[in-house]
Amino acid sequence: MSLNPAPEETPGLRRRFIISSLIVVTVFGILSLRLWSLQVLGVDHYRDLSERNRIRYVAIQPPRGAVFDRHGQLLVDNRPAFSVSALRQQVGDRKQLFANLSVLLGVEVEALEERWRKGQGLPRYRPLPLLEDVGREAMEKVQENSIDLPGILVEVKPLRAYPQGDVAAHLFGYLGEVTEEDLRKTDFANYRSGEMIGKTGLERLFEQKLRGQAGLKRIEVNVRGRELRQVTTRNPLPGNQLYLTIDTTLQLAAEKALADKAGAVVALDVNTGEILAFVSRPTFDPAWFARGVTNEEWRDLIENPQHPMTNKVLRGQYPPGSTFKMVVALAALEAGTVKPSTKFQCDGSFKLGSYEYRCWKKRGHGSVDLHKAIKESCDVWFYRVGLETGIDQIASAAQRFGLGQTTGFPFGGERSGLIPTRSWKKKRFGTSWYDGETVISSIGQGFVLTTPIQLASMTAALANGGTVWKPQIVQKVVDLEGDTEWMLKPEKLMETAWSAESLKAVQTAMASVVNDVGGTAWRSRLEKVRFAGKTGTAQVVRRKSDEEEEAEQAGDEVPYQYRDHALFVSYAPTDSPQIAVAVVVEHGGHGSSVAAPVAKAVYEAYFAEKTEHNDTGRQVASGD
Amino acid sequence: MFDRRLITHFDWTYLLLILLVSGIGIANLYSATSSWTTAAQPVYLKQCYWLGLGLLIVFIVCLFDYRHLEYFSFPLYGGNLFLLLLVLFIGRTSMGATRWISLGGFNVQPSEIMKIVIIITLARYFSEKARVIGFSLSELIIPALILGVPALMIMKQPDLGTAMLVLFIGGTMALFAGVQRSAFLFVAASGLLAAIGGWFLLHDYQKGRILTFLNPERDPLGAGYHIIQSKIAVGSGGLNGLGFMKGTQSQLSFLPERHTDFAFSVFAEEWGLTGGLVLLAIYCLIVIWGLHIALRSNDRFGMFLAVGVSAMLFWHIVVNLGMVIGLLPVVGVPLPLFSYGGTSMVTTMTGVGLLLNVSMRRFIF
Repeated sequence: MSLNPAPEETPGLRRRFIISSLIVVTVFGILSLRLWSLQVLGVDHYRDLSERNRIRYVAIQPPRGAVFDRHGQLLVDNRPAFSVSALRQQVGDRKQLFANLSVLLGVEVEALEERWRKGQGLPRYRPLPLLEDVGREAMEKVQENSIDLPGILVEVKPLRAYPQGDVAAHLFGYLGEVTEEDLRKTDFANYRSGEMIGKTGLERLFEQKLRGQAGLKRIEVNVRGRELRQVTTRNPLPGNQLYLTIDTTLQLAAEKALADKAGAVVALDVNTGEILAFVSRPTFDPAWFARGVTNEEWRDLIENPQHPMTNKVLRGQYPPGSTFKMVVALAALEAGTVKPSTKFQCDGSFKLGSYEYRCWKKRGHGSVDLHKAIKESCDVWFYRVGLETGIDQIASAAQRFGLGQTTGFPFGGERSGLIPTRSWKKKRFGTSWYDGETVISSIGQGFVLTTPIQLASMTAALANGGTVWKPQIVQKVVDLEGDTEWMLKPEKLMETAWSAESLKAVQTAMASVVNDVGGTAWRSRLEKVRFAGKTGTAQVVRRKSDEEEEAEQAGDEVPYQYRDHALFVSYAPTDSPQIAVAVVVEHGGHGSSVAAPVAKAVYEAYFAEKTEHNDTGRQVASGD
Repeated sequence: MFDRRLITHFDWTYLLLILLVSGIGIANLYSATSSWTTAAQPVYLKQCYWLGLGLLIVFIVCLFDYRHLEYFSFPLYGGNLFLLLLVLFIGRTSMGATRWISLGGFNVQPSEIMKIVIIITLARYFSEKARVIGFSLSELIIPALILGVPALMIMKQPDLGTAMLVLFIGGTMALFAGVQRSAFLFVAASGLLAAIGGWFLLHDYQKGRILTFLNPERDPLGAGYHIIQSKIAVGSGGLNGLGFMKGTQSQLSFLPERHTDFAFSVFAEEWGLTGGLVLLAIYCLIVIWGLHIALRSNDRFGMFLAVGVSAMLFWHIVVNLGMVIGLLPVVGVPLPLFSYGGTSMVTTMTGVGLLLNVSMRRFIF
């Protein structure tokens, strides 16, 4: 059939087959060697890579620690916030998807596109958040319509919630994403990019304790990043709980008493420095910051002439006015300039050289001793006494009451106020001190500036015999097991052994201010409990001229920013002091009529609560 | 024409080896595509049908005496060239390449047919021209043209992988026919030069594949992704593999093209070095067995046919395996009998049929 010779007859052919068979075997040998090197030598390396392909570790955000007041009243906790996110691998037709979402939730397609663009840096398996904190209703809508929303899922994240509304908002601070700068610091070594962190206030100060420990979800994903199964989970541990020294009842009473006025109220435990109320008004809603403030809200906050964002307790610096008079009195008694019984005549003014310094009471107080000078707030008595004592003596006393320096409050940018001295003025202005400056300093005007927290601290020291306690805001930190991890230790800032007689004289006078007829705060007295206090009315710009005063009396409105600050410092009860309250009402007018009633409201709340607690205590005891 | 001796001389061992690989391949496809729940018909089942069709082709090809093909070789070649020409003008384009034409409702890939036709044509050419000391350069011009024209046309589609395979098959047959040393050196040298020159004719994606082969990390999510994921799959298989249906690379879809070009990676991941070596051994045996059939064939045409078919299988296996284990660049070459696909199955089984045909008629004159 074929003319071709049989292959085996062709010379050299057999050799060619042997060689080619050897080549084939060699080539398969090379392939085998390669397999061996990949699968035996490289197995660990490739298994590791394979694991990295499919295993994702996803942190589970722990619930941040809650914040309570001193009685366990909840101030800050967490609520679930629903966010609508996209799993990018499962999103097919994005235009259609966004159109559906837009119709469903009434959001702009452009806003969704914007978020989509911003989120492209996220790892592929991480859902890309499109809408945050959408609310339960929107969440349900998305879940009901999930068939029209391929690739969309609803995520739940804990968000800070404030069950008491804006109460003590200035304390808490807010959270934000940890910055690259923070991440470089050793303190934040165990933080990951994208995590929320306390930015200001208590949230920042107690960040490490409030944070809790993130849980870990080890999930197996496929190439599209879709979660197939959770391999193991380490549960997140909630953060520690923070108990503040704040008493919500007092706090609310103070906030309510201030109402829409601008100002600050501080209530301290006289014997420990614990802050029972910490009010700065107007305030803001911290929930806005938890969910993110809108530009409009922010502008309103910033442009508000009453500065709601300023923490007035720590950063408001006010001339103390007549609330400074106790310090001047003690300085004079200590220097021996006067005795408590030393009397001066007040005719309504005090002449120094050609200048006339007026008492607030035009008609004068007549014959005035220390008791009456404080009770009725005679300026002339203090002009004379202050001048004779000298500014440096006054400053020394003021400093021993903690004035002119920060109290060491751990956050909030506390201001130091100002207690002027001769050397200070030389340094500051290069000029020497004038006697006239001593005169006005004696009634807490001129250069003298104090913060509300200093005033409260000073008053507490007056009440407890001369110890300035460091004002403290955190009572304890409680861990998961309920063990107290950190406990407040009262800390003395300074202690002065004032003569008991001098102190007694001042305290008695302060008690008269409130409880005796003719005292400047007599109208704010309480029936059941005696408290001691001192009113103050601080001029904002300068002493008023006669004309202006007449105009004011005639009923003409003084522009808000020129109106006097109303002040009141106080403690209670008079016999064994427990609580000190300082009130500053910005541009509020008179201390007696505006500030003292605020303190009264705080005391009412305080003692009402005390009685109630005692009653329940008794009931429990009798029930045994 | 049908002789009882044909049955007795039928090479059952070879067919058994072919069925063995096909069976393993189908089991492997079952695992590789088990996560595809949406497909109307499972891939492994479709591959079973293709295998059935393949066996039918083997049967048909064995029915007639292969020696008749000698007379039809040039018409077949001419017809195939015409089809290739048609592809260039009226071909169907898919994924940037024009490789198919529609013939009576079927999508036909003439470049695939050419793998078989070039074997038949060159077998005819070389069987007629025996040279004791081998072919000289000038004598190689005609076979070079026979080989070069379709190869160029295929490259134009562009289908570098198939063009290369056609050249490899033809080259192997030429070497078997015997080539003088000077001619061999010349062809090797000019081949090298052509490769360098050809670099500039390559499409960007083809250049990319080669660059990425040299350094897969160049583009780990793009062109390098295939190689990286395939190596991870193979490497993580280890000595004994992760077990059937348990390879995470394939089950979780990290491995692309895992039912076609990268089917072996799935196998290596699940069966480890042990399974891989067994499969390699079977393939090696298939190639050697084919060469053995060639050696024992009773005429030069049959011998060249058997050599050509063995070369076709060999180069497919080597290029595919070399690719999936990162020894060669990614060119879309399926692993015969193992990768899913009707085209590959038809071509391979036609070749297998020819081999068996040569084998069973070695005693018949």
